[in-house]
Amino acid sequence: MSDVTVLGGQEVVGVGRIEGPIMVVEGASNVSYDEVVEIEDSRGDLRRGRVLEVGEGFAVVQVFAGSTGLSIDGTRVRFLGNTLHMPVAEEMLGRIFDGLGNPIDGGPEPLTDVYRDVNGQPINPTARIYPRDYIQTGISTIDGVNTLLRGQKLPLFSGAGMPHDQLAAQIVRQATLGKVAGAPHTEGEEFAIVFAAMGVKNDVADYFRRSFTESGALTRVAMFLNLADDPPVERIVTPRAALTLAEYLAYDLGKHVLVVLTDMTNYGEALRQISNVRGEVPSRKGYPGYLYSDLASLYERTGRIRTSQGSITQIPILTMPNDDMTHPMPDLTGYITEGQIVLGRELYYAGIYPPVTVLPSLSRLMKDGIGKGRTRDDHPRWGAQLYAGYAKTQDIRALASVIGEEELSEVDQQYLKFGRAFEREFVNQAFTENRTIERTLEIGWKLLSMLPKGELTRVTLDEISQYYKGDDATS
Amino acid sequence: MSNEVGKIIWISGPVVRARGSRNVGMLELVEVGAERLVGEVIGLNGDQMTVQVYEETAGMQPGAPIYGTGLPLSVELGPGLLQSIYDGVQRPLPLIEQAEGSFITRGARFDSISREKKWSFTPKANVGDAVKGGAVLGVVMETDTFEHRVMVHPDDAGTLTWIASSGEYTINDIVAKIKIGKEEKPVTMLQRWPVRRARPFVGRRGANVPLITGQRILDTFFPVAKGGAAGIPGPFGSGKTVTQHSIAKWADADIIVYIGCGERGNEMTEVLQEFPHLVDPRSNRPLMERTVLIANTSNMPVAAREASIYTGITIAEYYRDMGYHVALMADSTSRWAEALREVSGRLEEMPAEEGYPAYLAGRLAEFYERAGFVDNLNGTQGSVSIVGAVSPPGGDFSEPVTQHTKRYIRCFWALDKSLASARHFPAINWLDSYSEYIEDVSGWWREKVGKDWLEMRNKAMELLSEEARLSQIVKLVGPDALPYTERMILETSRLIREGILQQNATDAVDAYSSIEKQIRLLEMVLYFHERGMAVVRRGAPINLIHDLPVVDTIIRAKSSVTNEEIHKLDDIQKAIDEQMSQLDAEYR
Repeated sequence: MSDVTVLGGQEVVGVGRIEGPIMVVEGASNVSYDEVVEIEDSRGDLRRGRVLEVGEGFAVVQVFAGSTGLSIDGTRVRFLGNTLHMPVAEEMLGRIFDGLGNPIDGGPEPLTDVYRDVNGQPINPTARIYPRDYIQTGISTIDGVNTLLRGQKLPLFSGAGMPHDQLAAQIVRQATLGKVAGAPHTEGEEFAIVFAAMGVKNDVADYFRRSFTESGALTRVAMFLNLADDPPVERIVTPRAALTLAEYLAYDLGKHVLVVLTDMTNYGEALRQISNVRGEVPSRKGYPGYLYSDLASLYERTGRIRTSQGSITQIPILTMPNDDMTHPMPDLTGYITEGQIVLGRELYYAGIYPPVTVLPSLSRLMKDGIGKGRTRDDHPRWGAQLYAGYAKTQDIRALASVIGEEELSEVDQQYLKFGRAFEREFVNQAFTENRTIERTLEIGWKLLSMLPKGELTRVTLDEISQYYKGDDATS
Repeated sequence: MSNEVGKIIWISGPVVRARGSRNVGMLELVEVGAERLVGEVIGLNGDQMTVQVYEETAGMQPGAPIYGTGLPLSVELGPGLLQSIYDGVQRPLPLIEQAEGSFITRGARFDSISREKKWSFTPKANVGDAVKGGAVLGVVMETDTFEHRVMVHPDDAGTLTWIASSGEYTINDIVAKIKIGKEEKPVTMLQRWPVRRARPFVGRRGANVPLITGQRILDTFFPVAKGGAAGIPGPFGSGKTVTQHSIAKWADADIIVYIGCGERGNEMTEVLQEFPHLVDPRSNRPLMERTVLIANTSNMPVAAREASIYTGITIAEYYRDMGYHVALMADSTSRWAEALREVSGRLEEMPAEEGYPAYLAGRLAEFYERAGFVDNLNGTQGSVSIVGAVSPPGGDFSEPVTQHTKRYIRCFWALDKSLASARHFPAINWLDSYSEYIEDVSGWWREKVGKDWLEMRNKAMELLSEEARLSQIVKLVGPDALPYTERMILETSRLIREGILQQNATDAVDAYSSIEKQIRLLEMVLYFHERGMAVVRRGAPINLIHDLPVVDTIIRAKSSVTNEEIHKLDDIQKAIDEQMSQLDAEYR
């Protein structure tokens, strides 16, 4: 990796045009595409930007802090001769930075000579290790039916007002490397945490800081904060800065890193804003046509590689506008990430925490991290059975709302009871409750035992005889 | 080999404009900047050219040179393609990893096919033979079981003046000489072919042999023919990739070309780590030995994603020309269309629907029309079947890519979010899907299994669509309001859904169903229906049928009876007989 070297250092006084966070600089030569610029306004204050487009004698520059106060004649632009790089160091854990990676906790600049390009580089698919180690989060709806693996990207799809922040904080607090069910409890290896806030309220950032402090994690957390009142354009850089540090920690230092990105919806809006100002042809809902590729350039910076012990696991949070999962942000995210955990308002109003709606939630990698030798042999079929049972409950509920519960067959009524118990006992757990994998499996079997054996077609007969606790005497 | 043809005047992401020579050709391969990044000329206007660059352009400056090559974007074809993994412009990813480490850097250039490896060549033509394009000059064993046929370039024809004797040769060694006109042209085992041009053949044949995939809902209900084209559209999480992987694993094709186009890195890694350990049931060799992988993941350069589809199909056509059956998976064509849109947007072209360029439909047509069961130039027959995944935004099938794709495919496997939510996999909705190959392949089934597949399949479909209608009523008034005969339809439909349509890709037994097993399962369920109907017509209550022990046995048969012991299904059929006869006797 190269250090930052100022090659050009060429300075231009005056700009041609300013529109929103974009300005056109004329009369510059030897400007590179994606180069970083330093902008000095007429009072001598500095801000940064980067080149979005370059032609003969002109460059289109995106100003990170916004163009407020810049004038046509009084602005000086210095081209720094390199793409955006940032320093990375282990000691950045325990520190707080702004959205561009500058310290804002009063401490010194990180002391290091390692600088990395914030855009990163794509991981060669042949260099990856396929994720197989599960992370025990202590949350039944995740460990049991949407298992998270090291090296996976699993977003939380939520809506305004729902407790996604609490859930993320709980995951971060409780996450340890998973063990086979029944293995003796030992202190798991701790995760380094990289937290990036994009356009979230100060309260939210504060909540996470408090939560990290209370759980004693603060010394292994690096926070990158671009808050709601910070310049939106900086938001484009914030997750990249965070992931650049994460990659250093994981692939150079061999740490297991958990990256929390919140809120991706704000990130998308910043991207849309810039695209708009540039007059690009919009695709859906005004978002640029390259939204998918752009999001992929963030989410794909997750995983494990063969040359390192470390791993990057991502938990992006995004609030779905109007709880609409077909909105471009959750939609394109879901196409890139390896599943999604969906929070639902109905459960939330019913007082269930965490309000994870199991049916639309999914962990694509779950199948490779559970089962014999990883969690327990019956886990995959147990999960499919619980899931199928709960799915059936939904149909029966719909039917019951039409013909009334009394009219339902006996089996259907048993399903209704199962469904209610599933929500209250399996989904619902305290913010402080850290369930082991065997506890989660045990609760699941207890619930399945409320159904007749004949309904349990996804588990094997042996498993039924071993774990089924119900009083159904048939078959 | 390459000379400077212009200098860059403008850069925006993967699109670069340059000024210079008027002699650069449209779609010519060029090298951009001092790092000589790979690019392709996509527009010409006077002395200006527009180039799409297949690598990241950050750091590039106006004034940098562009070098012409005089050739269109091409792939290298020859022994050594199998078991390879390439990026979208056929750069070998393992070599890039060896040289550059875990991350893909710019400007890395490697030969697509090893120049050092020696192949044991056996000549199959004689000096003096008149040979034309496609003629087989000799063969090499590309893997232990796969015979790679070394062919004359499709554009060449002449008289064979020399041919190498049996022995070890690299792909750069001359293995034959052909006199074309007055010139003698040396021939090696390596060919180049421009990716955007379909390789020629003599003529198309009807597609009436099914591509057997071992997936019951596909083979039994919605078959695709060898040489056909199928589309799998579905929202995220509905199982597009799992279905594509299952087909890649089990399809009875000789060669699989799998294109990961703008998808997840981990998915490609999964294929890479899994396929060498999976055994092809037909050849008993690792699946990887018949597979070529193209991996241009979502975070790799977008223009190379656009090229990846063409790179893949050209390799597929090359093996077809040897007389093999090739199945090509493209996951996902939507990401390819988005790459088109992104480049189009940078060119400031007038958008049509949802920002896609107006030529989207034309490009899709060009791609799907490269599928076909053909008579090759050398007299053999081969096929390329295409299975394209489509990722419609929000799962809305009315979007342009899905709609245009539907115009050029004849087999539509509609994935359904609600089925996926009920963990019914493969989540292919049997009411929204269709196959226009059903009639075409029915003759093959009759010949192969000696049973009337078409009639059974249609009977099962009839039950399923009847079930859909009855379910609407059940939703309103509950099942008790239906007469027993209609509830019998619901019972049988459940058996079809759970015992046949649902298939567990991760279960060792269930992952692949032989056609014999498929047809026996179907036959058994229909038999159950026939007997059950007779019993309920006599007044036996439906719950007695629902509670028959054999019901559970039928549902579990797909994973409890292996492909080798289909005779065990006879025992189940006997159990149906006994249990039904008992009911029969009670209500006689």
